[in-house]
Amino acid sequence: MDVAAIRADFPILDQEVNGKPLVYLDSAATSQKPKQVIEAVNHYYRNNNSNVHRGVHTIGTRATEQYEGARERVRQFISAKHTEEIIFTRGTTSAINLVASSYGRANLTEADEIVTTQMEHHSNIIPWQQLAKATGAKLKFIPLEPDGTLTLDNIKKTITDSTKIVAITHVSNVLGTVNPIQAITKIAHQHHAVVVVDGAQGIPHMKVDVSELDCDFYAFSGHKMCAPTGVGVLYGKKEWLEAMEPVEFGGEMIDFVDLYDSTWKELPWKFEGGTPIIAGAVGLAAAIDYLTEVGLDNITKHETQLVEYAMDQLTTIEGLEIYGPKKRAGLITFNLTDVHPHDTATVLDSEGIAVRAGHHCAQPLMKWLNATATARASFYLYNSRSDIDRLVDGLRKAKEFFGDVF
Amino acid sequence: MSFNNLDNLYRQVIMDHYKNPRNHGSLSNGALTLEMNNPTCGDRIQLHLLIEDGIVNDVKFEGEGCSISLASASMMTQVIKGQEVETALKLSQYFSDMMLGKDVDPADLELGDIEALQGVAKFPARIKCATLAWKAMEKAVDQNEQP
Repeated sequence: MDVAAIRADFPILDQEVNGKPLVYLDSAATSQKPKQVIEAVNHYYRNNNSNVHRGVHTIGTRATEQYEGARERVRQFISAKHTEEIIFTRGTTSAINLVASSYGRANLTEADEIVTTQMEHHSNIIPWQQLAKATGAKLKFIPLEPDGTLTLDNIKKTITDSTKIVAITHVSNVLGTVNPIQAITKIAHQHHAVVVVDGAQGIPHMKVDVSELDCDFYAFSGHKMCAPTGVGVLYGKKEWLEAMEPVEFGGEMIDFVDLYDSTWKELPWKFEGGTPIIAGAVGLAAAIDYLTEVGLDNITKHETQLVEYAMDQLTTIEGLEIYGPKKRAGLITFNLTDVHPHDTATVLDSEGIAVRAGHHCAQPLMKWLNATATARASFYLYNSRSDIDRLVDGLRKAKEFFGDVF
Repeated sequence: MSFNNLDNLYRQVIMDHYKNPRNHGSLSNGALTLEMNNPTCGDRIQLHLLIEDGIVNDVKFEGEGCSISLASASMMTQVIKGQEVETALKLSQYFSDMMLGKDVDPADLELGDIEALQGVAKFPARIKCATLAWKAMEKAVDQNEQP
């Protein structure tokens, strides 16, 4: 993989921040966008912008073709069986909320259980908390091992015949843990539970085949995989989606409307009330083309090599604590002894290095880690070894600076 | 190694308050207690205020956070202790203006160490850290006045 050529596709990377060349290590928050995506959105607005599925004019037809073409592109990308299994949403959060509000409210009672883990992002905890409160269902957590992984044994023990939903992240946004989705799905299905996967940190970085994973729902965001913000996807198995009620009502999603009653369009449109995220979908399709051309397997390999190199380098810094398992996806969460992560991130920022500092929308996990906050460096296809060298230098500087002032 | 830009943010006096916080701890016996979080970053301050006859007779704080938020809390407790509530609120307004980079005349306000935080105004991402304790104080006073 030619990282220099890839970097040249990302205009934002070519700038100085605080007088130093930008090192962007916050892709787990949002990825940068290649010019191919920016240009696709630009081209859509300049040439084809119209509302979809209505009217008979020519550019309206073009917009509809692009929007529905994007849906088919997503289907291919994740190897779903049917195009109508792809619902465009605002992002992962709204995709998970859709499942909780529609499938969850219709199918759960106080006799049932929802199983999740303590490593989830807030977006995969709170919808289930709310569902548990509304239905009386019980929320259960698969215990974490000391390194932040799950064991099959604990998964088997936690999922029971009362479990109706298993909600789990593909990749932890803090620990980098990659969960064994296929194995979890197999166990859940033996108990007739459905599996909802938070794929926000999974699909940008590895080949995802929903048919192979056999999960019932897979939710993800475009903006973490080189697409614009404001577009995401809920993949769901047709048998579930067809039985589910919409959660948003209004234009675009209806079949017939009478004064006192209405009927819905068929899949997938019954879940896409209002004017859909047309430009976002166009951008997502362009991002998928881009990632496919680079090759997801190449991206995974590149990130694995970067993480290995980063771990080797970072462990040479005395007083740097790293959280999470040895085998991990392309991110590293850490703390410098006696330096608050905000302060670390401010020093790094003064060196032109962007990292995340805070609780990463995972407060229950922070509690488990016994940390109030952490710093996180996350990698993507455009990062290089020299970015990691800069990070290591920056961290040494932070140590020196706070060592000096104390 | 030169840290000019950072030195402007992390002044010696700030680091001193961070490492040796003044008025750290809790109060009982009729003190108001107010907890405030910065939900985006996880900073948490618990402020205890003993207000009697319109005077901040005692104040202490506990919490977790970065150097800027804890130093700011420490400095705030120092300057508002023993002051009239009205003066404490004026100081809070002054501090807030200072964070916005406004050049305001402090008139007869005794500023103590809080001017050392002036540099934070140039780091927009850190302003919320610096104002957390002040926001907590304002809210506590507000609750005290409208029981």
